[in-house]
Amino acid sequence: MDTIRLIIVAVGGQGNLLASKVLGEAALAAGVPIQMSEIHGMAQRGGVVESAIVMGDARSNLISDGEADVLLGFEPSETLRALGKCNGQSMVITNLSPVPPFTVAIGNGVYPDLKQLQTLIKAKTKRLVAFDALSLARQAGSVMAMNMVLLGALMETQLLPLTADHIKEAISTKTKKAFVDINLKAFDLGAQAARQVEA
Amino acid sequence: MHKLLSTETGAQVFMLGNEAIARGALEAGVAFATTYPGTPSSEISLNLFQVSQETDLYFEYSVNEKVALEVAAGAACAGLRTMCMMKHVGLNVAADPLMTLAYTGVKGGLVIVSADDPAMFSSQNEQDNRYYGKLAGIPMLEPSSVPEARDMVLYAFELSEKLCEPVLLRTTTRINHSNAFVALGELAPVTAKGRFDKDPMNWVTIPAVSRKLHARLLERQAEAARITDDSPYNRVVGQGEWGIICNGVSDNYVADAVKDLNITDKVRILRIGMSNPMPAQIITDFLKGCTKVLVAEEGEPFMEEAVRSIAQAAGLTLTIQGKADHLFSQLYEFDPAMVRRVIATFFDLPYTPPAQTDLSDVPPIPARPPSLCPGCSHRATFYAIKKASEGMDTICPTDIGCYTLGFMPPLSAGDFSLCMGASVSSGCGFARATDQKVIAFIGDSTFFHSGITGLVDAVFNNHNLTLVILDNGITAMTGHQPNPGADMEAVDLQGYGQVSIEALVRAIGVPHVTTIKPYKVQKSIEAIREALAFKGVSVIISQEMCTLYAASIRRLKKRAFYVTDNCKNHRDCLNDFACTAFYLEDDRVRINPDSCIGCSVCAQICPENAIRPLKSASTNVA
Repeated sequence: MDTIRLIIVAVGGQGNLLASKVLGEAALAAGVPIQMSEIHGMAQRGGVVESAIVMGDARSNLISDGEADVLLGFEPSETLRALGKCNGQSMVITNLSPVPPFTVAIGNGVYPDLKQLQTLIKAKTKRLVAFDALSLARQAGSVMAMNMVLLGALMETQLLPLTADHIKEAISTKTKKAFVDINLKAFDLGAQAARQVEA
Repeated sequence: MHKLLSTETGAQVFMLGNEAIARGALEAGVAFATTYPGTPSSEISLNLFQVSQETDLYFEYSVNEKVALEVAAGAACAGLRTMCMMKHVGLNVAADPLMTLAYTGVKGGLVIVSADDPAMFSSQNEQDNRYYGKLAGIPMLEPSSVPEARDMVLYAFELSEKLCEPVLLRTTTRINHSNAFVALGELAPVTAKGRFDKDPMNWVTIPAVSRKLHARLLERQAEAARITDDSPYNRVVGQGEWGIICNGVSDNYVADAVKDLNITDKVRILRIGMSNPMPAQIITDFLKGCTKVLVAEEGEPFMEEAVRSIAQAAGLTLTIQGKADHLFSQLYEFDPAMVRRVIATFFDLPYTPPAQTDLSDVPPIPARPPSLCPGCSHRATFYAIKKASEGMDTICPTDIGCYTLGFMPPLSAGDFSLCMGASVSSGCGFARATDQKVIAFIGDSTFFHSGITGLVDAVFNNHNLTLVILDNGITAMTGHQPNPGADMEAVDLQGYGQVSIEALVRAIGVPHVTTIKPYKVQKSIEAIREALAFKGVSVIISQEMCTLYAASIRRLKKRAFYVTDNCKNHRDCLNDFACTAFYLEDDRVRINPDSCIGCSVCAQICPENAIRPLKSASTNVA
């Protein structure tokens, strides 16, 4: 089986770890080998959370610079920061709704211009899917479902050896009962957005 | 039922490395577990703590790692299967009992988990704890994957009981915080009560006894040397003439690199999973089949030096290398591309590095450092300290916890840090060696861990220092574990005592003790001024519950504040206090109502009284 390397970057509290867990459960259902490692130091104190997910025959669960096939960014400036993980053949999916670092919020530092950010990512990778995932999550019923919106967009790229049904099954069984309907709706909205952006 | 108590034998469960270690202990019938929390080990104990609430397992958060290991030693010497887990630097604290526990040995299996942190994702150093296995002379195991971590825990308990010695399970962050599938094994029944048989000539380590025990330890090491040469965890793959010896996570990077470089038929790989004692016979046989050997290990050249020594004893002169300028570094962690490059370099193979993205035209991206939470009481304390000590020539040694983050401007509360408890004791040294005013910071959990002894020293030797104990009622940094000052009834847990920090400090004989409520700004500043003016030891206890913890146990009464039109844009709030609930909009300071918890400190320091509570009633926040 071909190896697919996926990096997910997010800010603490954005639900990156649950998204990774859903991918893991879906991989189990699909019979796809999966290795995953996380760095979530200080996530509750506003830090960055990063997951490396390797599907296929590889045994390493780390992804070196330049070796990610897919970069999924929950926060635009963090997507840009992780661009070193990508190469000219990488696919990038990013939310466009910023969570400015505190330094920027109080005027020390400039948040990257979102248009320039997209131009840069497009120029350095193969494909970029960028949209406001937060508003879609709100539309689905909860801002907490942004992780599911982004999973929907990720699956729409058809780069992972999993189907949308595998993911939906994992969402139904592994996310909180009260949120399952919202999560599934968010997943579909994300997939739809990815189709429109690409079209 | 806790998910780690599942009886679905054979089911594949996606779990964290630390969950796999906890599950392994449960499958081994662990009866007793102790810890002091520390990343990356914390989830092992969190899971066992939760499991203990529904089973016969005894679990405790001990006051520090030395105590944890000594409590564990008592249980294991009474015959119970026991696990004791900690982060790598924790084993420094527990090193004293460890060295002699190897002499007394144990009756029930004792597995000590040392979670090392190469690259220092959440640690003050990246020391390589494999040397502790060698120093103590006890068997050591190192897993390469999450499922193997579970397997090794079971093996470690058996090995410990076979040799009557504690066994060290040494992991790294990339095992502890990795996720993979683990096929559940059967849960073993728990023997919850032990019995200690008096035998002072074997248990009481006076010199005459210890001389005998050391000799016995060497006999057990000889037995361990036979076992390691036979261990399924020391295994050879491949038959080529190029040798690679690896351990832990480096085994995965080596396996992938050999495949990617297309040299599977040229290479043989020895993965060492039981690394103390090193398997001398396996290594000798391996070396005899190789023309040259690369040792791939993160951290120090622990295996490399052993392999060289084994080669020398066998009269072998082939090239053996690992740590060198053009090969592996002792710094940080490995990654797949780096291991691939080093293998290609060492065996002189053509190699194309991964295409690096040119990032030279990417604008600087603002950093996102972790920071104190909105409304964190530490920020309020540091603000008051700074105001009270204005104009003073100070040194502020700080300690290990959330409050270390206070070292950043504008609070700039933290000039020196070393290890748990060192703020007090290094402060004693600073106070004697200089004429500067020493103000040391320590959290409640760290004070219990190892700050008390430093304070006793300060009182006895009459050092001139102010110690600020930032008491937020819980061990916050590692995820809200209880400590001896915590109110356990607040979370409906019965059967615990509670130690009063103030009573303890007074009992030590500290001549000047003040307790402040840091959200009361002016009163706090006045009380601190008085404490700072005192010549000798003064202690300020700053009491306010961690806001994240208060929210998690539904104790947080949240009421957001806002900036009214009376604001004259002095920005004292932003420039001096810098709460993370603030942001700028149209060049005016605003308060994010979702982040603000209503501590009201900014309202108290605003020179125009321009910050007011929002009208809505107080709400309890889940």
